[in-house]
Amino acid sequence: MGALSQAPATESSPLVRISHLEKLYPTRDNGNVHALSDIQLSIPDGAFVTIVGPSGCGKSTLLKILAGILDRSSGTVEIAGRNLEGPSKELGVVFQAPVLLPWRTVLANVLVPAEIQGLDPAQSRERARDLLSMVGLSGFENKYPGELSGGMQQRVGICRALINEPAFLLMDEPFGALDAMTRETMNLELLRIWQEKRTTVLLVTHSIPEAVFLADKVVVMTPRPGRIAEVIDIDLPRPRTLPMFNTPEFGRHVDAIRRHFNSGGALD
Amino acid sequence: MTEIAAREASPPTVPAPALPAGKKKASWKESRLVSPSLLVIVLFLWEALVHLLGIPAIVLPPPSAVLVSLWDGIASGLFLPHFLVTVTEILSGFALGGGIGIILGILIGQSAFLERVIYPYVVAFQTVPKVAIAPIIVVWFGYGLSSKIIITATIAFFPVLANTIVGLQSVPREQLDMLRACTASNWQIFRMARLPQALPFIFVGLDIAIVLSVIGAIVGEFVGARAGLGYLILQKNFTFDMAGVFAILIILSLIGVGLHFCVMFVQRRVLFWADSNKNRITGA
Repeated sequence: MGALSQAPATESSPLVRISHLEKLYPTRDNGNVHALSDIQLSIPDGAFVTIVGPSGCGKSTLLKILAGILDRSSGTVEIAGRNLEGPSKELGVVFQAPVLLPWRTVLANVLVPAEIQGLDPAQSRERARDLLSMVGLSGFENKYPGELSGGMQQRVGICRALINEPAFLLMDEPFGALDAMTRETMNLELLRIWQEKRTTVLLVTHSIPEAVFLADKVVVMTPRPGRIAEVIDIDLPRPRTLPMFNTPEFGRHVDAIRRHFNSGGALD
Repeated sequence: MTEIAAREASPPTVPAPALPAGKKKASWKESRLVSPSLLVIVLFLWEALVHLLGIPAIVLPPPSAVLVSLWDGIASGLFLPHFLVTVTEILSGFALGGGIGIILGILIGQSAFLERVIYPYVVAFQTVPKVAIAPIIVVWFGYGLSSKIIITATIAFFPVLANTIVGLQSVPREQLDMLRACTASNWQIFRMARLPQALPFIFVGLDIAIVLSVIGAIVGEFVGARAGLGYLILQKNFTFDMAGVFAILIILSLIGVGLHFCVMFVQRRVLFWADSNKNRITGA
């Protein structure tokens, strides 16, 4: 640990390189739960990668390890050529729940990472305002989270994850708690943000259509032990639009992924 | 008395809008009327029974005599210096005990090690009845204000301490994960999440402590004092002035209720976010 290989991330080399990653959780009876088994994954710089899988396949565990808030049992993780050793300032994380601090205004919530990382306050404020207006929350800067709807809160969470201009954005089922219509809107918005910011995104979801719609690559994970079953390249043209949900290509990808979860081709 | 006040002071948990002004609102209004009328009925029965059964005033004075005594004590200026002494003891003891409770609670709440090492002793100290150590404290610190302040502080500090510790540990896991993922230090996590998250708990402790402080000051004065409302109660007791004793009890209750409302007022100012859910905007 601690040795930095100084290889700069060029266009050819991936931003994130995960090899032989294992995660074991100890259980009460001195046994182990094999949460992640031999994970091999590389994520190209600027790519939008989604992880899809049923509950218990370790997808959230993988994300927590990448966020640096959970230790791995073995294996290596490199981000931008550096060995991952803990939380990193180059990362932004969007959680399943918005996780806003209710005693802070919307603006102050967006500024949390900037304050923690000691970024220039004036610049950060301006950036926070820009981000909020980008997600349609201009005029809400001085509201408190309790005054916002769930969808608005999650947008604030996304702004917060982007405030330090992260090279790598991790999203753990960010839209899981939203209703279907809000979710579609948020998907489109997220793609727009991604196209504008050109940050690399890794998004965990349990919705196969969402995984296909957003991604350049879909990582299909299966449970017990959590392992990568397949990595599927999605060749749908960009920008993605809602009518694409109904195209045969889209359906083909969805079917290909679904096959992994229906043992013996059983029904969904 | 304070309990009734607490119930009245807490706002109705029913969300104000949405419901048409129907049954719920009416019953809330009714309960506001029931509580005072209950008091009037009890006082009336008390007065009637004392007269009907011919109970001597040194056993149970009628409410009318208590009110006269209360008015006399206030108008003659007899109560005022004692009132000021007792209120000073209450507030100083509350501040000292509350302050120590918060600081010790933060220290203990910060580390599992300190909790294991210190907390058992704190609990052991708490199990010692403060009335029992009050005489020792009077011997050590004399008959003046300081012994009463210290006795009050020993009673007031524990609820604040216990609630501070629980509050600091009540931070949701997701908030900790979020802050740690942002590379927050322990101090930043404390400042940004643990302390604000603990504030509602700390205020619960302070609210209990302020009422206990009234008890603490009176206990201290009973053990040995030259002034104060507790000292005055003992004097009135010796002269069989029961109406006077009851009058002072009313003042003590009013002090307790008044201080409780002061804590509630500050709490609502500080914890402004606690009820901001009311004006939630619906939709995306």
